Parts: sequence; structure tokens; C-alpha cells
Amino acid sequence: MKTELNNLEKTVNSGLTTKIKSSGIKFNYLTIETEIEEIIEVILFLKTNEKCKFRQLTDITAVDYPRKEKRFKLVYLLLSHENNHRLIINSNIKEKTIVPSITKIFPSSNWMEREVFDMYGITFKDHPDLRRILTDYGFEGHPLRKDFPLTGYKEVRYSEDQKKVIYESVKLEQNYRNFDFESPWQGTKYIKDQIKDKK
Amino acid sequence: MAKQSKTLNLNFGPQHPATHGVLRLILELDGEVIESTNPHIGLLHRGTEKLIEHKTYIQALPYFDRLDYVAPMNQEHVFALAIENLLNLEIPIRAQYIRVMFCEIGRILNHILNVTTQALDVGALTPSLWGFEERETLMTFYERVSGSRLHANYFRVGGVSKDLPMGLTEDIEKFCNNFPKIINDIETLLTDNRIFKQRNVDIGIVTKQEALDHSFTGVMLRGSGVPWDLRKSQPYDCYENIDFKVPIGKNGDCYDRYLCRIAEMQESVKIIKYCLKNMPKGLIKTIDGKISPPKKSKLKNSMEALIHHFKLFTEGYRVDPGEIYSAVEAPQGEFGVFLISDGSNKPYKCKIRAPGFSHLQAMDYLMKGHMLADVPAVLGSLDIVFGEIDR
Repeated sequence: MKTELNNLEKTVNSGLTTKIKSSGIKFNYLTIETEIEEIIEVILFLKTNEKCKFRQLTDITAVDYPRKEKRFKLVYLLLSHENNHRLIINSNIKEKTIVPSITKIFPSSNWMEREVFDMYGITFKDHPDLRRILTDYGFEGHPLRKDFPLTGYKEVRYSEDQKKVIYESVKLEQNYRNFDFESPWQGTKYIKDQIKDKK
Repeated sequence: MAKQSKTLNLNFGPQHPATHGVLRLILELDGEVIESTNPHIGLLHRGTEKLIEHKTYIQALPYFDRLDYVAPMNQEHVFALAIENLLNLEIPIRAQYIRVMFCEIGRILNHILNVTTQALDVGALTPSLWGFEERETLMTFYERVSGSRLHANYFRVGGVSKDLPMGLTEDIEKFCNNFPKIINDIETLLTDNRIFKQRNVDIGIVTKQEALDHSFTGVMLRGSGVPWDLRKSQPYDCYENIDFKVPIGKNGDCYDRYLCRIAEMQESVKIIKYCLKNMPKGLIKTIDGKISPPKKSKLKNSMEALIHHFKLFTEGYRVDPGEIYSAVEAPQGEFGVFLISDGSNKPYKCKIRAPGFSHLQAMDYLMKGHMLADVPAVLGSLDIVFGEIDR
């Protein structure tokens, strides 16, 4: 398994040369990093190359790192049935970057990209039907962003007066309790800050 | 004068028994022929992924029961496996066998529900009555081992929560001896049934290439003739040691998928029997006190156990920074979790890859040119559960 993956890494690196920024093998699969502008060429190569044969797209997702300059990391998971390999493509993008859609290569990416758009607000170029998918009709905001509160902004209830379901801002009897789990031996945050100030 | 054709837009669902949950389909019909299908999903969206980011690893596990509520333990399995791989944890062999056994029970639970409701959707009532009786028996096994029929919360990182109670293995064995007869009974009602065949043969055909392009997994892929099963190709827990067949379809239509599911149930019975026979005695979860809680009896005598218990149920355990994708062959297909840990006691990101999501996506392409009455038949054979699609 290990040697096969090493060979695959070589094939990918020699076939795509400068398009691959870095690559590595972890937990029985290959992870590569690329620029988002090259994503279509990279995926096309991986799908059509005789030695790679990544014919199936498992999933697309994104990760939010609000403090980084390139805020989002897009993740593409590919699977090759013939070679029994998995491959993950990572790509870091800025908040406003428009990502090329891969719906032409994998039709199944349609909903996956819609979900990324819905949850993170990342837009895709040339997507046939970029609408929200999981959230409510008329929903505002992107729930999986780290700055979106767990409780959300709106809640619904049936109003006896208006005889219909109405939207209201969330009112909580008690706030969500977010405990500080930092080890007491290393000091909670305010103690850490004090130590830092002394230094 | 130009000939005018008029299409009719029909709203199907979200509250309709044949949608197997809360699915809203907007169908564009020309007479009775479907021109396009536009599924609206998300009516059961509960924000599981967001919730998991705010819970410790121990607290996050029960959310997986609530994804595919037809076969809950299969879902728990993938989350446990992902964390175990990140922690590089050894699982006791007995725990592996118990897990595999309950995963196969989950597979039977799912396939009974699917096969019989598919029959119900095309007009056969009896199979569902017979099948649900067996489902009830299986769910009592869940109850006896975990205390709950559906949302079991039984698997743990590093093993399972409790050992099997007395007499359970005998009862499961009794079920295994009895169940093939029930499958045969259901088959006599359906497999050669003229109406069932008319409604399913050559309906919703998927070719090999299209199955790959549309990210089909599980029975949807195998029904089209691709021999791919994660239990064989990327084995986890003790599946390596177990000998079983992977049934494959030929034509990729609804009927082949039905046959695959029936055959898979028979294989699952064999796997359960194998597990019962070869299950060793021993530990049922890892003894690493940093991961699994101590026995209650130890709490009164051991200071260390008390500390472990307190730390585990307040802070939980920390997972080293890293990211992993791990997947299992759930009854519907490849169910995966993409997990990113930042070294704290909560997952930084947990993406759940649900097989039904990509299956349902293909509705538009599957339904084009079919009749309106074929919608429930195709939906039935897709085997969708909204808990996991909407997450």
C-alpha cells in the first residue's frame, strides 16, 4: 500500500509539476495542495490519467479559519475504485475568491458546491444552479462560518394572533454555556494573559 | 399555427408517505411523463455539523445516531473509527466483533425497511407487515445492549460502552437461524411477483459510468455491476477475517437493487453467525484511562479512577491536531466523516459525507422520461433517509 501511494505521489507530481504546491501521505491516502485557479486542470488530470483513475468524487467541503488571511480551505475528496486509492486536494482561498465549478467534470459536484455555498458563502463560477440547499427559504448568513452563532439569529413559531408561522429574533432563557476547558495547571485564559504581561 | 405544448408543475411532498421523510419534489410534467425533477431538501436540517463543533468528542457521538435513524450504529461506527485513527488507538478484538455484529444488524434493519417500503410504494402491503415484526426483534437487541431501541449511543472511541448482557448471543443466534426463512417468505411475495416486476424492472436504470459520475456508492453502485464494497476493499475492524460475498447487479434498475439488498441480508446473517461463533472473551473497550471511563465499582476505591472519571465527563479527551477522512460501508453506501482536530477537546470541523445526498441528487437524471407513477418506485430503490441527507 505504502509503495503504491509513493508511486502515485510521483505520478501526480511529475504529471502536474508546478501545479502541486505540496504533497504528503497520511492514513493511507495522498494529500495534495494546489492553487484554486488550477483546480479544473488538476482534477481533470487525476480523472483521466491512466495511472491515477480517480473516477469518483466523494465530497467537497470547506474549512473556516477566520484569523488567516486566506480564510477558507476548500477540500476535494476523490476516490479511485480501480486502484483502491483515496486522494484529498486542499486549496486555500481568500474570503471573496470566486472558485471555478467542477460540475462539468463531475455532475455530482452540483449539490456539493451548493452546500459549500450555503454553509460558507463561497461562490462558484459557471455553476448551473447556485442556490441555497440545506437552510430555510430566505435564510440569511452562512451557518458553518466560525463567526455564526450556534443558536442562529432567527427562530420560528406559530402565532395564534396572525394564524401563521412567524420569524422572530432568537430569545434565550439562558445563554449557551461555553466552558473554558484549558487545563487549570497551565492557567485559564486570563491567567495566561497575566503571565504574558509579566514577561 | 405552431403546436403548443404545455407542461404542468406538480408539487410532490413534503408531507407524503412515499417520500420517506420530508422531501419536496417539484416535478415538471408533460402529460404523465416527467420532464424535470427539482428536489428541495433541508426540511430536516438540524445543523448537526455545527453542533458537533461545539461539543466534546464524547458528547458528539450521539448525534450520529440521529443521522440515519434506520441503522444508527453504522453511523456511530465511522465517527469512532475516525477518532481512533487520529489517536492511533488499538481496539480489543472482542469489541471489534461486537461492533461488526451490530453493524450487520443495522444493515438488516435498513434493508428490511427499504425492501418492504419499496414494495409498499408499488402496492404490496404484506411484506412490510412481515418485515416490521423482524425489525422489532432486532431493535430489542439494540435495546438490550444499549438501553434504547433507536438512538443507541453504544459504540465508544476505543470499543463499545457495555458488554453483551446474558442470553443475548443465544437470542441473536436464534434470530439468525430463523431469519433466512423470513427472507424467503418475503421473496415469494415479491421476487417473481408480476406486478412488482412490472413496476421495477427497467425502471431507473443506471449505467456503470453514470453511477461513478454521480458519486453513487453502496447498493446503488453495486446494482450497476461495480464490485465495490468498503468492507472488502478498505476493511476496518475485523472485516478482514470474515468471509462473505458481495452481491452485484447486472442491469442497474430498481429490481436489481432490490435483489442486491435481499442477497446482502443473507450475507449479513452469515457475518453475524461468524461473529457469534468466533467472538473471543475479553475486554470490550480500551483500558486507556485517558480515553474510556473507569468502571463504576472502582470509583469508590481508586483515586486515579475518580480523577479519570471526572476529567472525562467534564473536559473529555484531547485529540492531537490533524485531519482525517474515514469511511464505512453503511447500508446505503459510503458513509464518511472528514474530521479536523486542532488539539482541543472539540472537533474543529466535522464534515459528514452522507451517501443519500448524492443519490437523491441524481433524481433529475433518473426520472427524466419516466412516468409520474415511477417516482415512488425510484425513490424507494434509492433508499434515502432524510436524517442523513439534511444533517
